[in-house]
Amino acid sequence: MDFNDTSEEAAFRAEARAWLEANAERLKAGERAPGLAEGRADQELIQRSQQWQAKKADAGWACITWPKEYGGRGASAIQSVIWNQEESHYKIPPNIFGIGQGMLGPTIMVHGSSEQKQRYLRPMLRGDEIWCQLFSEPGAGSDLGGLRTSAVREGDQWVINGQKIWTTGAQYCRWGMILCRTDPGAEKHKGITYFIVDMKSPGIDIRPIKQINGLSGFNEVFFTDVRVSDDNRVGAVNEGWRGALTTLMNERHSIGGGAGGPDFGDLLQLAKETLWEGRPAFADSAVRQRLARFYIRLKGLQYTGYRTQTALSRGAIPGPESSIGKLVGAPLRQEMASFAVDLQGAAGVAMDGAASADDGLWQLMYLATPGLRLAGGTDEILRNIIAERVLGLPPEIRADKGMAFKDVPTGPKNT
Amino acid sequence: MNFDFSDDQKLLQKTAREYLSEHAPLSLCRAVLESAAPYSETLWQGVAQMGWLGTAIPEEYGGAGFGRLELAVLAEEVGRALAPIPFSSSIYLAAEALLLAGSPAQKQTYLPKLASGEWAATFAHAEQPGECGAAAITTKFAGGKLTGSKVPVLDGAAARFAVVTATGNTGVVLALVDLTATGVERTAVRSIDPSRSLAGIRFNAAPAELLGDVGAGWSTVQAVLDRAAVLMAFEQLGGAERAFEITREYCLSRYAFGRPIASFQALKHRLADLYVEIELARSNAYYGAWALSNDRPELAVAACGARAAASEAFELASAEMIQLHGGVGYTWEFDCHLFYRRAKLLGVALGSAHHWREQLMERLGA
Repeated sequence: MDFNDTSEEAAFRAEARAWLEANAERLKAGERAPGLAEGRADQELIQRSQQWQAKKADAGWACITWPKEYGGRGASAIQSVIWNQEESHYKIPPNIFGIGQGMLGPTIMVHGSSEQKQRYLRPMLRGDEIWCQLFSEPGAGSDLGGLRTSAVREGDQWVINGQKIWTTGAQYCRWGMILCRTDPGAEKHKGITYFIVDMKSPGIDIRPIKQINGLSGFNEVFFTDVRVSDDNRVGAVNEGWRGALTTLMNERHSIGGGAGGPDFGDLLQLAKETLWEGRPAFADSAVRQRLARFYIRLKGLQYTGYRTQTALSRGAIPGPESSIGKLVGAPLRQEMASFAVDLQGAAGVAMDGAASADDGLWQLMYLATPGLRLAGGTDEILRNIIAERVLGLPPEIRADKGMAFKDVPTGPKNT
Repeated sequence: MNFDFSDDQKLLQKTAREYLSEHAPLSLCRAVLESAAPYSETLWQGVAQMGWLGTAIPEEYGGAGFGRLELAVLAEEVGRALAPIPFSSSIYLAAEALLLAGSPAQKQTYLPKLASGEWAATFAHAEQPGECGAAAITTKFAGGKLTGSKVPVLDGAAARFAVVTATGNTGVVLALVDLTATGVERTAVRSIDPSRSLAGIRFNAAPAELLGDVGAGWSTVQAVLDRAAVLMAFEQLGGAERAFEITREYCLSRYAFGRPIASFQALKHRLADLYVEIELARSNAYYGAWALSNDRPELAVAACGARAAASEAFELASAEMIQLHGGVGYTWEFDCHLFYRRAKLLGVALGSAHHWREQLMERLGA
């Protein structure tokens, strides 16, 4: 057991640091890199993010865990941790390519044709083209296999009709990966096909969804007779579920607890600086107990991540154990934000920088964190995954098992 | 970076698990619990012969000279077996105190006896209900004599000698006392977990010798407790995992309403949550083990996290074990209560989780 770098790791770290030092601005003590608050991806930020990504790509520092043949450097999980640690010390724009690079790229690598790999992976890596994932539907979120958006074949094209929802970044994405129903007569998971869709196609209507924090990171996306060439089908017809599983596995691995924003150090500072009847809140035993619990859970998560990275670097593939990160991390950040707001007393409701502590970031986080618990699987779905796939407990009873999709009963809103 | 045990350490774990499954089934814990014996002498000698007691004791003092990582591996297995032996008192506390603060002569006198299993030992600190800081110690050390009383002392009936916290002329000191000497009076104290005995020990001008420098007393006490906290966290982790495994098996084999109860989502989610708590505790324990085995300054904070997380995980696992077994889980006949008892015994032995969280804040907040 060793937290120190091996000599190869130290050499890698030095190389990464040297490049960052020459190409980016180091954060000063106490300074925080601008986070990606949901929905704040304006044109200027997107451009800065793309420029930084391209710069990294040209120097060989983009998507470092991708295989070399696709432009990565075949880096190990530990090297990826080292790179992230080093990069976090610099003032760089937030990464808006995670869905493509972390989830959809790996799916194309496994299930895509050689032409698709050739055409799409390099611009994805470079950040020239941004990607979104079109999976969820109003009637099919946790029960993803119940999706109804249809694709009907016409010669060498497919015609898509239906509606997707919770699509992050659809406003600015160039490409999307979409799951469509292609055989309603088959069992629900057996009639789905996976496609790449041009988000500029005629018939696509993108409507931002205003969230509880007032911002719009997500969208509804409506498809009316949208045409996709059969060349953009990923994997075999009616076998899209296999690709979907690849995407989801990578999703749970890539959505951890940490997503920028204020952290434990900020919370500790807040408790020390906030006065309760003239004394620092930190002097209160109940405050200290809460803080200690947060700290121990955060560290537990961090070290669990290190254990996972160690296993990955020894050749394991990301397993369902990765669900722990999101299952624990998301509610934990919600509780921390709630506690930070409580600490401020009546001023806790103020969202203006001057009236509340930390520029109102805790308040923003309080409003944003309920979404973290839903994105990429609810707490309940994640518990099912751990129970069934890690602990080997019996699967949920499925009333639609063996039934043709068109015969599956649905509520009135889904029809 | 490598955040896992080595192949050799995993082999040691496998060997230890095999040995204990043969020589320390849960029925052994139960037998000690139901008898008047303070511990299993047979298992103690067996463990001594396996060389476990001297794992982290240097060869010059009769040990095997391995490190704390090997000891952590063994602690986890001892915890899985609910082994009814004074392992933690003798090895994580007394031996660590001697290694940390003992003079060469003291090490030479006591460590080989611990390593061979000839003597068990204990660490006597608590004097009354409540968390005991430096100010709570009223036992006096002066002129080579110890006066006062300590209660409860874990494994107090099994131990041949004790490391005792006391107040000397210049503040807190640690003293070494032969518990068979004149002036030492031991009485049994009923325990929530009789598979590990408790005693009250009264010292009436009992002969004692200082352990460590005068004046460094309280920081030495804290250092000993930090080291023991990490090792005991592994013992707690072992207990928690075993409780979890037995519970999982039970839920898979017990049927109600025509299905295994493990198929009900309410129970699946409880098991998933329990699994997660144990994994988080394990990760905190690993970090503590790394800090301990490398003598890192991070140990002060790492020990608090390892200890608090493990205490809560074991107690939760044992309480859930009873709940998920239903009525039979509350019977004497089923093993659940063995875990429930041991979880609390270990959970307060070095101070409660609450205390360690407070300690954590003190160390982070300074």
